[in-house]
Amino acid sequence: MGELVQLTSFGLTEGEVLGALGRVKVRDVDYADLYFESCVSESVSMEESLVKRATKSVSQGVGVRATAGEKTGFAYSDELTKTALELAADTARYIANSPSGDGQVSVPVNQRPTRNLYPIERAQAEVATVDRVSLLNAIDVEARRYDSRIKNVMASFNTEYKVVVVATSDGLIIGDLQPLSRLQVTCIAEENGQRQAGSFGGGGRVGFEFYHEGDRHLRFAREAAREAILNLSAVEAPAGVMPVVLGGGWPGILLHEAIGHGLEADFNRKKTSAFSQLLGKRVASDVCTIVDDGTLPGRRGSLNMDDEGTPTGRTVLIERGILRGYITDKLNARLMGIPVTGNGRRESYQSVVLPRMTNTFMLAGASDPDEIIRSVDRGLYAVSFGGGQVDITNGKFVFSASEAYMIEGGKVTRPVKGATLIGSGPEILTKVSMVGHDLKLDEGIGTCGKDGQSVPVGVGLPTIRIDEITVGGTQE
Amino acid sequence: MNQSIQQRDGYSQLAKDLLVKAKRSGATEADIIIADGETFSVQVRLGSVDRLTKAREKHLGLRVFVGKRSASTSTSDFSVDSLDQLVLETCNLAKAVVEDQVSGLPEAGQMAGKWPDLDLYDSTKLTTEQQIELAKRVEAAAMSMDERVTNSEGADFDSSSGRVVLGNSHGFLGEYQSSSFSMSVSPVATDSQTGAMQRDSWYAIQRKFAKLDSPEAVGLEAARRTVRKLGARKIATQRVPVVFDSEMAGSLMENLCSAVSGYSLYKGASFLAGQLDKPLAPEHVTVYDDGQVVGGLGSRPFDGEGLPTRKTTVVQRGVLKSYLLDTYSGRKLGLASTGNASRSVGENPSVGPTNFYLVPGARTADEIIQTVKQGLYVTDLIGFGINMVTGDYSRGAAGFWIEGGELAYPVEEITIAANLKDMFAGIEMVGSDLMFRGRIASPTVKIAEMMVAGN
Repeated sequence: MGELVQLTSFGLTEGEVLGALGRVKVRDVDYADLYFESCVSESVSMEESLVKRATKSVSQGVGVRATAGEKTGFAYSDELTKTALELAADTARYIANSPSGDGQVSVPVNQRPTRNLYPIERAQAEVATVDRVSLLNAIDVEARRYDSRIKNVMASFNTEYKVVVVATSDGLIIGDLQPLSRLQVTCIAEENGQRQAGSFGGGGRVGFEFYHEGDRHLRFAREAAREAILNLSAVEAPAGVMPVVLGGGWPGILLHEAIGHGLEADFNRKKTSAFSQLLGKRVASDVCTIVDDGTLPGRRGSLNMDDEGTPTGRTVLIERGILRGYITDKLNARLMGIPVTGNGRRESYQSVVLPRMTNTFMLAGASDPDEIIRSVDRGLYAVSFGGGQVDITNGKFVFSASEAYMIEGGKVTRPVKGATLIGSGPEILTKVSMVGHDLKLDEGIGTCGKDGQSVPVGVGLPTIRIDEITVGGTQE
Repeated sequence: MNQSIQQRDGYSQLAKDLLVKAKRSGATEADIIIADGETFSVQVRLGSVDRLTKAREKHLGLRVFVGKRSASTSTSDFSVDSLDQLVLETCNLAKAVVEDQVSGLPEAGQMAGKWPDLDLYDSTKLTTEQQIELAKRVEAAAMSMDERVTNSEGADFDSSSGRVVLGNSHGFLGEYQSSSFSMSVSPVATDSQTGAMQRDSWYAIQRKFAKLDSPEAVGLEAARRTVRKLGARKIATQRVPVVFDSEMAGSLMENLCSAVSGYSLYKGASFLAGQLDKPLAPEHVTVYDDGQVVGGLGSRPFDGEGLPTRKTTVVQRGVLKSYLLDTYSGRKLGLASTGNASRSVGENPSVGPTNFYLVPGARTADEIIQTVKQGLYVTDLIGFGINMVTGDYSRGAAGFWIEGGELAYPVEEITIAANLKDMFAGIEMVGSDLMFRGRIASPTVKIAEMMVAGN
């Protein structure tokens, strides 16, 4: 069971909150909710072997929302007082065109989520600054020991601790404690006046001990250093259409960009997604099954409940190549007449709820990863990526490799410089001909942007072969 | 009105009080930033209101130095107890990090004394009904231009205003107000034969309401940009000249801006490290960063550390003449701050542009396109395929194929790649069409050659 979070932790009584909810849930309002959030985030960072920066931010506030038909009225305030709540409620219900609010809402029972995917004591989330500092110092030493060509190591450790309570007009008051942390390392390597960078990182809804398990922090340091050194010898990447093998884990960003965004319900309700007419149709080869799963313990994209109080779930997006479902929030599920999947998320009390991904990954297949590489005569093997982006409407997506190699005659040969891969979302997965048995989830670094809102997400992928995709290198 | 003046004076006093408390808690130097503002945003879709958002918010950021150690904190809770606690915590946090020899406030003598009124604030208050009407008009214009415009992602009208109070333990205390008004629309067009959809958008943003383009002009331009993408195809992989439209050329200026940021430079994380006073581009390329443009979207009377803003020549006739620096990154590089400290509450200062732009040339965009026999006109770029350490550049692109000096047909699902150093050196022509729609702007730019990857 998750924690029972009391409204009193926001200095408000249940009566005041119900009063505001009644004020906003006027006759023509279909649904209303109040989202209370307090967030403490802390960061320490190191460069030039010195941990010289520490920051801490505290924010709290409430977002008040009313939906009527397709309309959303939204107001937020960093003042948690009865007056501020009433003012926000009056703004939010403006869209309903109804006179003064005195709606009745049933008195909800304060509930707790039915599970706890991240059972971390607050004491653990609040790590002493001195311990953060020694974590970063150890990373600096390890990265420089890896290779003397490593000239600078930049690392940061960020933690965030959110307390949220959602009070809804459908009779729910429910809260959650949401810890999140991330360790990020970037190394700069230099040789003969040439410089290169390598990055690695990870984290999740985990305690501080996570970073020391099996010396995970030192592995992150070595991986960042290894990528920087490797890229010193990387040659120009090829340009044009060719087979590409994606390694497991973080390359799952392909699914996030190519498929995931296009299956968010809002774009499909508005029929502006390239996937709008494709439910039940083939959008991938039959070796592809893709899910969005917010219920994986400790994962960066996981949540006990979404930001509308709905328990997160596991939604099958593509089953053996057939498009099965969209990911939804309450508004879009209601308007489309489809199930609520627990994907209603918001960056903070200052932003509206949108349907968003949690952890998106492809299930393991039957192929041996080595065999997948052997099957390629000339192509690219990409194992790590920077960011990606998609145009929802025409379906074109990109993602950019940060560690990649040529495959020549079935063997992985020279490292090549990063290149952007570009494809079309509804087509690309029909070109996946082999799926490895080695499903891996990413280390926990993903942040997804949509409508100016950032939320933490996860991705995962087994090794896969894409028969053809355009590689944006510089060499013919 | 009286109330807001009281509150404003209250913030100055609050800043002074907290600086005194910080000193009492062991800080040798400190600065404090208080920002508050209100935003009102309307989104309509297909003629109906889709979303209304209204908010007031405030934040306070405190940075303290205990000798050569420093820490920063922020809060939105302005209660006395909470702020007292914040001061203590910030000082304790600073004591937990190591000494950094170049840390500290700017020298007292460098602080901005007097500053001009840059006319950044417009007191116009629009009613909810007015904003809804404006958003509806911009969308209606976009929907009515061409029957191939079949759908809409919505149109927005946003207005916001706010003020910044900045004070430090040298006795500097400054404040200014600013506002912005903006509208945008994202129409969707459908190809009636294939059913394929394309989306684009257009927007206008100004500090003064009266200076905004008409909703009709914005809507028509959005529709024009969307419809012309219908029927886009891939092209063969080849090396050709590439013309960036002014929006996309602006993204090249953003790349330049990141590469000349003091923080990237001293960390060795920029491909322009060590390039000061060396040629970067041909003679017809001059780039300025000007913080004192009256009414400019990137203008501010003083920077995030209280230093006066100014006009900096970044590139003069092709030669890299200046980096963009704040106090810290300047000291790391042995150079003086250029007044480019940018401060988001709760973060340490970083470097940011003010109004950063490529000086326009004489040719129109059409005249530049006419010089290309075969090449690409880029109107969209997606993805993050830029390695700032090496300058390697590879991004997803869409636009038009140029055939015999004319736009022949739309293209998509291609990438363009080169190295930024070669791209800047290869700027063959600079257009005359400079327009500010943000802090960074550029006219149309023609680059001699890039690799285009397609089929």
